[in-house]
Amino acid sequence: MSREILTSESLRKYFEAKGPLGRAGGTLRAVDGIDFSISDNRVFALVGESGCGKSTVARLVLRLIAPTSGRVLFKGKDVLSFAGDELKAYRKSVQIIFQDPFASLNPRRTVYDTISEPLLIHSIVPKNRFRDRVVEILGTVGLGPETLNRYPHEFSGGQRQRICIARALSVSPEIIVADEPLSALDVSIQAQILNLLIDLKEKSRLSYLFISHDLRVVHYLSDEVGVMYLGRIVEHAKTEELFSKPFHPYTEVLLASAPKLKTEGERVRQAPLKGEVPSPVSIPPGCPFHPRCPRRFAPCDRIVPRFLESHGRLVSCHLWNPY
Amino acid sequence: MGNQTLRGIFWRRFSNNSLAVAGGVIVLSLFIIAVLAPVVSPYDPNAIDRSHVLMPPGIHHPLGTDDLGRDVLSRMIWGARISLAVGFVAVGIATAIGMMLGALSGYYGSWTDRVIMRFIDIMLSIPTFFLILAVIAFIGSSIWNIMIVIGLTHWMGVARLVRAEFLSLKEREFVLAARAIGASDLRIIFRHVMINSLAPVLISAVLGIAGAVLVESSLSFLGIGVQPPTPSWGNILTLGKDNMEIAWWLSVFPGLAILITVLGYNLLGEGIRDSIDPRLWDRERA
Repeated sequence: MSREILTSESLRKYFEAKGPLGRAGGTLRAVDGIDFSISDNRVFALVGESGCGKSTVARLVLRLIAPTSGRVLFKGKDVLSFAGDELKAYRKSVQIIFQDPFASLNPRRTVYDTISEPLLIHSIVPKNRFRDRVVEILGTVGLGPETLNRYPHEFSGGQRQRICIARALSVSPEIIVADEPLSALDVSIQAQILNLLIDLKEKSRLSYLFISHDLRVVHYLSDEVGVMYLGRIVEHAKTEELFSKPFHPYTEVLLASAPKLKTEGERVRQAPLKGEVPSPVSIPPGCPFHPRCPRRFAPCDRIVPRFLESHGRLVSCHLWNPY
Repeated sequence: MGNQTLRGIFWRRFSNNSLAVAGGVIVLSLFIIAVLAPVVSPYDPNAIDRSHVLMPPGIHHPLGTDDLGRDVLSRMIWGARISLAVGFVAVGIATAIGMMLGALSGYYGSWTDRVIMRFIDIMLSIPTFFLILAVIAFIGSSIWNIMIVIGLTHWMGVARLVRAEFLSLKEREFVLAARAIGASDLRIIFRHVMINSLAPVLISAVLGIAGAVLVESSLSFLGIGVQPPTPSWGNILTLGKDNMEIAWWLSVFPGLAILITVLGYNLLGEGIRDSIDPRLWDRERA
């Protein structure tokens, strides 16, 4: 049995939204009680529409922002309790790749500066070996040594994302949080970067927290999936099970609305999702999904469904759980 | 942008802007004159010649002489040294203070930000020139005191500028990535944020030099700046005021020098701003 690297326990992050004239405009529930755990060399994917709180989860896990309540555990220890050397060790173990490779590289620093900085901070190799090590890391992401002294604006989106991955790899992390790492790239480049991520996972025994709205990628890469809606996980299952039979109506609609190659005679199972995600400042009563749900019935607008196990997976829906 | 470097774009845009180039030429010439003052000035700026008092501009004295028979051109050349030294040192002090407080304010936010911003509001509510007058009257006027006092009263603009840059840059993903990599606050402030906010600071510093030159001239004109016999454009102007009816050249030439210097720095500063601002690049392409 593999060991758990990263665990999230009822993680919550609320933001106080400011109304006009600085008056309190209500509470924005970006992340509202999330539980998951990621084991050694496994991939856990969080999927959902934009604005559902996926990126906030990434920032919470990285300890870039502090949770309102709940905990992130790294190998059983509360991440928030880390300070000094322990925090430094955590930074070395957990890395992030952002969505936009144009915004996530410092425009005034060369590739060498960017990749060697972590080596310096964590004293990973002696200074006279920096150059060799940087060239080696660039090699693992498929970039040559001629890129060392170039600036980010001289690269294409795919190359920049490789540089970002190289920066993340430079500290030999155990887990990488990938926050929509493919969605800013061209489709042909997406496949290359996806394969690179898979290679790295095999070679370096990495785990991923993979955040995405692209279901095809998630299906291909992940071991387990959490479907997020308005700051909560509404369905959590093994990837194969989820994709073969979605339980939650939201998952069902998401799967149906994902673009795919259609074979002759196959008909679309379900109409694409209607309407917008409600504002996380005023979450609907009852089941948060009920205003858009194609299968809502009596209790949905009154009773909040519980997040319970049903047929070997976790789901929060009155269709599956007794209320 | 294509495959051009940012620096290349900057130079192309800057050299196409004739006003900016003119400003650059003025600033550069003033520099050369100031540095080479001992070589290029025709007379000793303090040599008194009682037989040639208040001579109008002519062959021997291109810009005339003052009431003690000193050569005005030589005094103005040496005065350029004072003006530039005061401008640079004062702006250097102001920029250093402004960058530090602006960085702290923008990066740490919360109460640090509130304290610093209120302090800036207080400083801005005091009429700077009268504050300088009062302080100089108190501690005495030496060129160093003037530089320091001007520096200590002109940092607020830079601080606000740097704070605004920090507020927008610190949320950028490359800064988050630096924090995730384990970089310390100091490293993030200097290596990641500050380095990306230097362009507006440079522009404001160049424009600030023009302001500092004006303040120094005003102080010297009022007699509490650079003290005679050390020449400065401001104290030559004072002599001009005393002899307005009989010696126009004592007012016109230092006045022109101040005007051209201030204009030169403003043109240069605005030229740099226009060449750096990416929002203006599209206009050129269209």
